[in-house]
Amino acid sequence: TDVIIESSVGYFTEGPERKDDIVKAKQEGKELTKEEKQRLRKEKKQQKKSKEKKDDKPSRDSEKEKKPASAASPAPQTPTQPPAQKAPSAAPAPVPVPASETPSAADKPAKSKAELKAERRARQEAERASKGKKGDVGPQAAPGKPKAPPSELQPVVKRLPEHVQVDNPEVLKKLAKKLERQQTPEYNAATKIPLRSDYGYKVSLFSHLHQYSRKAPLTQQLGIPSTVIHPAIVRLGLQYSQGIVAGSNARSVALLHAFKQVIRDYTTPPNEELSRDLVNRLKPYISFLNQCRPLSASMGNAIKYIKKEISNIPSQCKEEEAKRKLLNCIDCYINEKIVLAAKAIAKYSIEKISDGDVILVYGCSSLVNHILCEAFEKNRKFRVIVVDSRPRLEGREALRRLVQKGINCTYVLISAVSYILPEVSKVFLGAHALLANGYVMSRVGTSQIALVAKAFNVPVLVCCETYKFCERVQTDSFVSNELDDPDDLIVTRTGTTQLEHWQEVPSLGLLNLVYDVTPPDFVDLVITDLGMIPCTSVPVVLRVKNVDQ
Amino acid sequence: MELQAVLMAAGGGSRMTDLTYNTPKAMLPVGNKPLMWYPLNLLERMGFEEVIVITTKEVQKMMSTDPKMKLDVKMKLDVVCIQEDGDMGTADALRHIQQKIKTDILVVSCDLITDVALHEVVDLFRAHNATLAMLMSKAHEFTETVPGQKGKKKTAEQRDFVGVDQSGKRLLFMANEADLEDGLSIRKSIMRKHPRMHIKTGLVDAHLYCLKKAVVDFLADNKQNPLKLCECFIISTPNSALPLLISSRDEPLLQLAQDRSCWNDHRGDMSEAYHGGKLRCYVHIMDEGPCYRVNTLAAYIEANRLAPKLFEEVPVHPSAVISERCQMGSDSYIGAMCQIADKTSIKRSTIGNSTTVKEKVKVANSIIMHGVTIEEGCNIQGSVICSNAVIGRGADLKYCLVGNGQQIEPEVFVGT
Repeated sequence: TDVIIESSVGYFTEGPERKDDIVKAKQEGKELTKEEKQRLRKEKKQQKKSKEKKDDKPSRDSEKEKKPASAASPAPQTPTQPPAQKAPSAAPAPVPVPASETPSAADKPAKSKAELKAERRARQEAERASKGKKGDVGPQAAPGKPKAPPSELQPVVKRLPEHVQVDNPEVLKKLAKKLERQQTPEYNAATKIPLRSDYGYKVSLFSHLHQYSRKAPLTQQLGIPSTVIHPAIVRLGLQYSQGIVAGSNARSVALLHAFKQVIRDYTTPPNEELSRDLVNRLKPYISFLNQCRPLSASMGNAIKYIKKEISNIPSQCKEEEAKRKLLNCIDCYINEKIVLAAKAIAKYSIEKISDGDVILVYGCSSLVNHILCEAFEKNRKFRVIVVDSRPRLEGREALRRLVQKGINCTYVLISAVSYILPEVSKVFLGAHALLANGYVMSRVGTSQIALVAKAFNVPVLVCCETYKFCERVQTDSFVSNELDDPDDLIVTRTGTTQLEHWQEVPSLGLLNLVYDVTPPDFVDLVITDLGMIPCTSVPVVLRVKNVDQ
Repeated sequence: MELQAVLMAAGGGSRMTDLTYNTPKAMLPVGNKPLMWYPLNLLERMGFEEVIVITTKEVQKMMSTDPKMKLDVKMKLDVVCIQEDGDMGTADALRHIQQKIKTDILVVSCDLITDVALHEVVDLFRAHNATLAMLMSKAHEFTETVPGQKGKKKTAEQRDFVGVDQSGKRLLFMANEADLEDGLSIRKSIMRKHPRMHIKTGLVDAHLYCLKKAVVDFLADNKQNPLKLCECFIISTPNSALPLLISSRDEPLLQLAQDRSCWNDHRGDMSEAYHGGKLRCYVHIMDEGPCYRVNTLAAYIEANRLAPKLFEEVPVHPSAVISERCQMGSDSYIGAMCQIADKTSIKRSTIGNSTTVKEKVKVANSIIMHGVTIEEGCNIQGSVICSNAVIGRGADLKYCLVGNGQQIEPEVFVGT
């Protein structure tokens, strides 16, 4: 599958460029020397950049590009180099390149068109083959390759986050070293945050992500009276990995509660400042929690807030007062961003719920349940259809809570959603995070529901608090996701468990995805505590938040 | 600190008085190590650095002189002595040390020999914020013949009825057959909350408990509660216990997190996770792996057989002097400073420290404790010889139990 994806990407970007290059081949000759100079300058810059970067990928790429540059004769190089760079990289590259090269009017057709094309193709195949060996970070890592028309743009290389490079052994080694370095300072022995190992066969498309087994908790590798990690954090990590605390809001609240206990039990060591030492103390805890279960966007924002608050503590502040201030901050944060936000969102949503509505909800979103319960208390007449999906079957919990209130509910599985949609008047969805390009990241299956609702012209409303907005940009569900325990998919019916020995079947892989992203075209409205905004206004909200802070 | 370990080493060994009338149970040799070494080793391996040991003065004295305890045990032992004659159960002992308890505790009995992965028990305690988490194991059949008993008759062990929920982790009730008169009565409230219950009888309580600190405080405040430790929570929790056992500090936040979480431990009824209950007891049941409570003679013999293999004991202690013409089986263990003479045969036996075995002695399936002298030509089978005994020349012992310091006359034929 790796090779197929790469080559399809290659074909897309190559089409229009081939014609440009043919034109260029005719036009070269006059500008050869200028282009040669540009090429040499570019090579020098790439050499410099490759020495600075820690990742050896761009250096390999620049080496490869240097090789065709040095191997072949000057004439065919200029048309071949831009396609070699353009093929893996994003669209903006081709635009400046022809612009710089079209002024060159070619007098001599140095080699025939066919020969040039053949050389180019051979070189690209060689590059693709070597990239394929590196792993499937290649095609998605568009920002990883230098996109450089000669001399104008600096090669832009962005470092990929570690949690999406699980198949790169060097990254794993770095992570292990980082965990070693993150020992808590008071414990001088060699105990460190253990590294949780992956479990089972991973489907190749997602081999860059971690996949852990619930039966191998991280606590196996820790000593029992955990002195390295605060016991509240160990408890929290266990609750995350076993799914006892699940759901974006619940996880954030539990995290902040655990941090409150850590702060209460914290004493500043001598010759240290609270503002700096406490942040360092929290780092290994956060790594530990990340190993138990990858952090959610809301948790990330909460951690950022706490770290900022801790660093802003003035150094002359006494320890007791500082701790009190921090505990107060945490309480305020939870109150404002979660409790009051839920109230505000409920108020806005109730305006959108009219009598006689049939509302479709998916899975168990604490916010959507809260809204529906509030609306019911305000005597709106509506009924709810709860859509559920395996293996989590969270809809059952949502169903229980709604029925307990007295709301009229129907329960279907996601396979029946297109049959039930003609009855539905509105769809309310919860979100795990709202990305900066307007995409909604939520439980896997949400985008399916939004798609089908769009096909039936049913309005889709997403409810999300502003603290879940995150700066990340994602357009597909592959790049960054979470893989849950594949053994959850195994079910025992009438005494037989068919998939019990799935690991022994070499061609079988079980995939248990947790999240997916919904494009903003399918979402009609986002209800936040700031009001009702369209999906595309998320960057504005983020910008305003940053200005505030 | 998360957990404090407490080792109960004051027990009298009431079910094996033949062995314990002279040596306290905690210091009985099993595989040439004192019995209490095994739970201490378990705690040490798990990462504990300090243990509170509740014991008698006699045991404390023996502990300070025993070489194994001094060398092998690297943890700091905080020894608390209590009266020997007092009939102190676990609950009373915890009341006694209430001042020392600062966090949640892990209570272990000195007669537990196991290699359980303790994190299984402690994880249940942590993850579900449980009041009590305990360890139980499937009872093992004792295959060895016990001296002093005719045939393989099992002693009338009284059964424990243990009720767990569908997941097999949550403990619903526990009752010992001795306490029940007519039949087993189960409260209706439990049945309503957990309609599917598994009742197990073949389980052995390993006497390893993880308890919340509030439990110890509750015990100290309610001195008149004589019930057994785990029963007092499962069967009858007075309502006055509830406020004590619930920490009040961050309750609203925890409640908020639980409300927003989409997890429930059961399904099928309309109640929230844990049925809204605050007191939860969990049990981890070991299916496989060794787990023995050495509180009867049969268990003692079985433990001697299996414990050395578990811990990869060196068969022959380096300081033992063994002559070349001694036939030693691979299952035998010789203690320190023993002297084994020629033409002896030792099979499937454990020989304690400083024991002298003279020529032409046959020892099979036996346990010889410390300081024993066995004269020439003896034949010992299936027996237990306690410390400092002297077996006269040519004695033939089959399935016997020789007490402490006893002297067997020469040419005596004992046993079936």
